[in-house]
Amino acid sequence: MLYYILRRIIYIIPISLAVSLVCFMLVHIAPGDPIDAMVQPDTPQEVIDRVRQEYGLDRPLPVQFGVWLLKVVQGDFGTSLIKGRPVLPDLISASSATFILACTGGLLGFLIGCVFGGIAGVYRGTWIDRVFLGSAVAGVSVPHYWLGMVMVIIFSVNLNLLPAMGAGPGGSTEWAWDWEHIRYLILPSLTLCVIPAGLVTRTVRGLVSDIMSQDYITTLRGKGLRRSGIVWHVVQNAAPTVLAVIGLQLANLMGGSILVETVFAWPGTGMMLNTAIFQRDIPVLQATTLVLALFFVVLNLLVDLVQTTIDPRISRR
Amino acid sequence: MKSGNSLVRARDLHVSFVSRDETVKAVNGVDLDLAEGEVLCILGESGSGKSVTLRALMRLNPKGKTVMSGALTVAGHDMMTLPDARLSAVRGKVVSMIFQEPMTALDPVFTIGRQITETLIRHEGISRKEAEQRALDLLELVQIPSAKRRLGAYPHELSGGLRQRAMIAMAISCRPKLLLADEPTTALDATVQIQILLLLRRLQQELGMGVIFVTHDLGVAGEIADRIAVMYAGRMVELGSVGDVMAKPLHPYAQGLMGATVHAGTRGRRLTTIPGAPPDLRELIPGCAFAPRCQYAGEACRQRMPDFTYPVAGRAVRCIRAQELAA
Repeated sequence: MLYYILRRIIYIIPISLAVSLVCFMLVHIAPGDPIDAMVQPDTPQEVIDRVRQEYGLDRPLPVQFGVWLLKVVQGDFGTSLIKGRPVLPDLISASSATFILACTGGLLGFLIGCVFGGIAGVYRGTWIDRVFLGSAVAGVSVPHYWLGMVMVIIFSVNLNLLPAMGAGPGGSTEWAWDWEHIRYLILPSLTLCVIPAGLVTRTVRGLVSDIMSQDYITTLRGKGLRRSGIVWHVVQNAAPTVLAVIGLQLANLMGGSILVETVFAWPGTGMMLNTAIFQRDIPVLQATTLVLALFFVVLNLLVDLVQTTIDPRISRR
Repeated sequence: MKSGNSLVRARDLHVSFVSRDETVKAVNGVDLDLAEGEVLCILGESGSGKSVTLRALMRLNPKGKTVMSGALTVAGHDMMTLPDARLSAVRGKVVSMIFQEPMTALDPVFTIGRQITETLIRHEGISRKEAEQRALDLLELVQIPSAKRRLGAYPHELSGGLRQRAMIAMAISCRPKLLLADEPTTALDATVQIQILLLLRRLQQELGMGVIFVTHDLGVAGEIADRIAVMYAGRMVELGSVGDVMAKPLHPYAQGLMGATVHAGTRGRRLTTIPGAPPDLRELIPGCAFAPRCQYAGEACRQRMPDFTYPVAGRAVRCIRAQELAA
């Protein structure tokens, strides 16, 4: 088992290298020059060249990548072209904001999905099943940002119950688990949980109704186990697959909440990325993309490890 | 027939599976008696209702789709009226079942040990530690080598024979009075089949359980049974001691079944087949269900299902020509 974990962790190194290369290259393949965005349109050419040299943008790409990577490994993500200050502190605070939002949304989606899916699976083929499955399909199909805006209109504008923007009173970015802050978390996390909830509902429903029709459930009934005892068997059989689905969804939420974060002005990586794209803030863009991609890699690893631990049928060598 | 207290008593047992489109009448009026410590073999081809009958004895057919009627008593419990909560206390404790395919009948993500101990904890109210000790003893009782290690094994880590032994250990863990075995050797290799059969016979004798054994294998039936019941289209058509029925089956279907199988009685004779196919259980014909395939069938057979006749002491046959066939 230990050997397996070690091997999986070692695999991460080449994957991360490849990911960082892609992150670096994407920015350079994309049209548009960062210098153009920084300077006035009528700036003389030599000033542009000087700025370009200052940021190392005149050197060949492989060299730029090497320099960038070397710094990244040391924790230096460079300096924002727009704000003129180091990327790292901003990135850390944005990541933790995103982390809070994604975990809350993911957890909500997981819980809702398990309950809905469990009920639909047990009552498969009845109207109960159709209601829950229908809402799951609706949840997966509804566009995030639209739902977010509708919620803002209902709960913030009309009912004036919850704040529409930001992550704390007065635009503060220091998070705390008190009601003053949690109020800001409710709408974005509800919006964010809808897709994972729908996916988990469908997964759990399929698994539960499949497991309930297995021979070993008949055996368990034949042994005289109580309902709670049988439910425990169903849970353990469904767990590996459900955890894999929610793990990958969580990875998606970490990187994919750009729209939701923008709608709610949530100061996370999604919004940071969005801003960086529009401002052609290359260091910020590269750093954010890299961090999000690494989140994905790490969560994938965690899913694999958890699955291997809880499913005895997966070989541990 | 051994004398003794009645362990199972079924009268006019009917089981049908109901769905929106159709009703399948799987069991159509079965009378069944089993004394304590007796071994009965139910013989019949696929779809004859033998497995459904077996499951009906512990009301294990899928709930909500199954309609049962008739009278059924198992070890003094009225199984037809027993509420679900009390039913689950009887299942696994008084009556338990071994299934055909131990690979799918065991939970793949629970260890063998846990699957046995959870039964013990449920019914005997003992601690986990005690249950583990009992489970170890049980694995030794069913002759699983290096039992201690096997307690922590998952079903897929065991061979087919060992899995079925574990299944048996689970079924007998609470010393049931009645063991139901649903083709327990069918999914196994021939050599392993014999071992499992011998094990079951030994356990039956040691624990004094009543056993109802469903099979389509005559050799198996002859090996383990006291009595044989032959089923066709959800009805018993012949009942008798294993020696009598094997040596001289009276019902034309039982004759066909014996003639179509390799066993001691067919040595040197050509194997025969039963023409035609089993009846469609969605729409039963009014007369004897076997009449369309029966070489002796006459007009009277097609009018109504014949009642049991008793042409020889201790034998019951559901055929109007039983008397002349016995002669």
